[in-house]
Amino acid sequence: MAFSLDLSQSSSHSSRERTQGRLLALPAVLWLFLFFLMPLAIVFVVSFMSRGQGNAITFPLTLEHYQKIFGPIYFPVFLDSIKIALVTTIICLAAGYPLAFFISTRRTKAMQQFALFLVILPFWTNFLVRTYAWRVLLGTEGTINITLMNLHLIDAPLQLLNTDFAVLIGLVYGFLPFMILPIYSSVERFDFRLVEAAHDLGSNDWRAFWRVVFPLTLPGVGAGCILVFIPAIGAFITPDLLGGTQGLMIGNLIQGQFRGTGNWPLGSAASVVMMGLVMIGLLVYTRLGRRG
Amino acid sequence: MAENTAANRAQYQTIAIDHGKLRRDMLTRNLGKVGLILEPILGYFFLWAPILVLVIFSFNDSRSVAQWHGFTFQWYQNIFNDVVGAEARFTTGNMLIALGNSLFVAGIATVISTTIGTMVALSLARGNFIGKRIVDSVLFLPVVIPEITQAVSLLLFFSILFNFVQSTTGIRVSPGFGTIIIGHVAFNISYVAIVVRSRLADMNPRYEEAARDLGANEWRTFWRITFPLILPGVISGALLAFTLSLDDFVITFFNSGPGTTTLPVFVYGLLKLTVTPEINAISTLILLASTLLIGISIALQGRNAVS
Amino acid sequence: MRKLLFLIGILVIAFPVFAQDATPEMTTMPESAPWTCPEGYEGQTLSIFNWSTYIAEDSISNFEAACGVTVIYDVYESNEAMLARLRGGNPGYDLVVPTGNTVAIMIAGGLLEPLDFANIPNFANVTDALKDPSYDPGNVYTVPYQWGTIGVGYNITKVGEPITSWDQVFNYDGPVAWLDDLRGMMGIALNILGYDPNTEDPAEIEAAKQFLIDNGKNVVAIAGDDGQAMLERGDVDITIEYSGDILQVINSCECDNFDYALPDEGAVVWVDNLAIPTDAPNKALAEVFIDYILDPHVGADISNYTAYASPNKTAIAEGLIDEAYLSSPIIYPSEAAMQNLFAILDEPEAEQIYNDAWDEIKISLGK
Repeated sequence: MAFSLDLSQSSSHSSRERTQGRLLALPAVLWLFLFFLMPLAIVFVVSFMSRGQGNAITFPLTLEHYQKIFGPIYFPVFLDSIKIALVTTIICLAAGYPLAFFISTRRTKAMQQFALFLVILPFWTNFLVRTYAWRVLLGTEGTINITLMNLHLIDAPLQLLNTDFAVLIGLVYGFLPFMILPIYSSVERFDFRLVEAAHDLGSNDWRAFWRVVFPLTLPGVGAGCILVFIPAIGAFITPDLLGGTQGLMIGNLIQGQFRGTGNWPLGSAASVVMMGLVMIGLLVYTRLGRRG
Repeated sequence: MAENTAANRAQYQTIAIDHGKLRRDMLTRNLGKVGLILEPILGYFFLWAPILVLVIFSFNDSRSVAQWHGFTFQWYQNIFNDVVGAEARFTTGNMLIALGNSLFVAGIATVISTTIGTMVALSLARGNFIGKRIVDSVLFLPVVIPEITQAVSLLLFFSILFNFVQSTTGIRVSPGFGTIIIGHVAFNISYVAIVVRSRLADMNPRYEEAARDLGANEWRTFWRITFPLILPGVISGALLAFTLSLDDFVITFFNSGPGTTTLPVFVYGLLKLTVTPEINAISTLILLASTLLIGISIALQGRNAVS
Repeated sequence: MRKLLFLIGILVIAFPVFAQDATPEMTTMPESAPWTCPEGYEGQTLSIFNWSTYIAEDSISNFEAACGVTVIYDVYESNEAMLARLRGGNPGYDLVVPTGNTVAIMIAGGLLEPLDFANIPNFANVTDALKDPSYDPGNVYTVPYQWGTIGVGYNITKVGEPITSWDQVFNYDGPVAWLDDLRGMMGIALNILGYDPNTEDPAEIEAAKQFLIDNGKNVVAIAGDDGQAMLERGDVDITIEYSGDILQVINSCECDNFDYALPDEGAVVWVDNLAIPTDAPNKALAEVFIDYILDPHVGADISNYTAYASPNKTAIAEGLIDEAYLSSPIIYPSEAAMQNLFAILDEPEAEQIYNDAWDEIKISLGK
């Protein structure tokens, strides 16, 4: 990962440099400590507190919220979220890889940049506006249904909005560029003479791809997968606006508690478990990365 | 080279060409070629369809957002005549206020986070101190922790903090622009740091060494050598922070106070309303504005890029 | 004891309000003078937190002009959402609009300020039956804003027949939306099962929860105050919604497709109230605003625009309320219909049981 790049090449690590380094890092560390780490710690603590009268946060400490979360009603939502995030990642990979491949095999650099620009530009509009556009497209009297009915392909409108399907589309739509960009940079660095060599050794395009190209672009694929999977677990706007009662994810549970029923300790516990899932996903990724 | 004898020629004649395999391989290649054109076309269509629908139907001469009835500028006129949605609070005036709020928050958050982020990027790239790894990991967290967790953690934090302040000193502090900006800076620092660090990585440290050899002190070295060289990176980081701030919904949604409606929060409220084509028109305008902004930033980067 | 209280409450609301309807030849009173703002508030700011689509187009701007003040106007989509915002500490709102049982919760939790009625002379215009409600005895903290019912809004062309029973809603073969009002929905279910809609019995609440889960196969969304938008867009054919929201759709659509029904088994009647939360930055100006809302002209504007029932007897007496609305059974249910309606009361001991049940319902519907 780019974060572990060690650039301290110069030989003189004077104590002045070290102090300077510490001073320069200080504001960031302070800010993140106060306004990022401390709040997270508070969430962790609150997740063990009880919900008192009038939704106040009180002692005694309790495990009841975690028991609820790992219980038969809430836990399926967590599993569902992981499942939806996984499916989103797979679809993004299947759709994104060919697109990234296409972009990186354009002949001139300018064409490549333009093709990339076309991918990114929709992404630069307001996220809510794009999600609204999908509501327009998927609604019972929306563009897709009306078009299909006008073409006499269906008799009655399909239930597209407020379904798991709508949530998936919304998530794939939102995360596709995150998959395309890293794969593009991997494929762009790939030496296609290796493919020629594979051909000389008798393999066809299919085998050449799966045995040469794909494995060597795996870092990009891996980065893309993790860049999609992790945020997808925490998605909340997309299922909220496109899913209705379906496709309920952890983010919606948390929102429901903090802005609705008001059981803040339960919402905190759900946040902690979600962070745990994210950490596990990262651990898996770094382990796999180290082996490969 | 083997001799061109009959025996040797016989050897070559036993190598038959597997026509079946050849045909299959050519089929694979052709399928691949077709797929490699078809899939991107479908992909681009998928990426652009919602945008196009929004834009096209913003000119539709009917309230329907699904059937085309003719061309009109009516909805754009409505916006400029102060009618944005069916409800009183959705006037154009209020939308512009929301936009102003967004720009205000984004501006301040960008300045603070770019400064802090550049500083920490420099410290990680140049300094070598104990705890560097910790700083590295801490910086990494806001990028991976889901936004909603950050948002509710800030909500809890401020709620407890303000209650505490009020109960001990009697001073009443409320959520508002301050809390939103604090939240934005918290996630922006990491992104700015990433961008500036990658620029620093590309930069040759020998320039700085040369300047120091020539007698310049740390400060001059920084301002005359380092900073101009990393400036494109700093600007990119600032632009990224600005965009992320402008577009942020989750953290703002949970940490706002009265009258701090930003544009995404405004749009969210609009989405809940009855369908009006004015929403399409606004969305098209937002799209245009974003495109312009990105275009300008790319043009700027193109000129500033150090090859 | 509670049951008796709510029964009395219903009867008290039911009769006097419609005594006026029963005598259509009553002469209207002469219109009162327009509202004027007391001196001394120029340049100040008022922060209002209200439901969505719940005020007339120019009420706010007229108030701003009359008093020379700025109004910040934010919205919420359910009582729970508003409570959640305030419980974390009042972010700076001067005025909120809670429903009856939520008022009781807020009073018990010390979240509301007592009103200074010296600033609210127009309180005299409030319909007598709505004064001194059980959730705020003596009107210490609140004045009524609008009242209405929770019933069924539906697209009659798609449903094919008028709706008279909750059965039709729960068994409809098509997309349906429920209301994101936990006590309201639970109350409806409890009532269908024959229990007290305000019960504290965990077993009965559990039965209602199970009823909703079992009968929620056709629910595509639980809408917080925008169910009528979904109905209008065609995303649902039936929605459980507030009366005025549906009537707004019926009015704005130039068609006969939509209708609103109060099913025979019983539906919810509610009263929304203006209240000032604790730590409000500008309590005095908020009280002036309350007085403004209680002015018969302003109140009539709001009721005529939002299509809810007005609590302002002067507005009704002066003939300022739209005739068509006054005679509409949707907005002002008949006496007979009112017998069938029940109010939601605060049940502090059972609050967590209801909350947990509603959470479970929301999750289970997604399976």
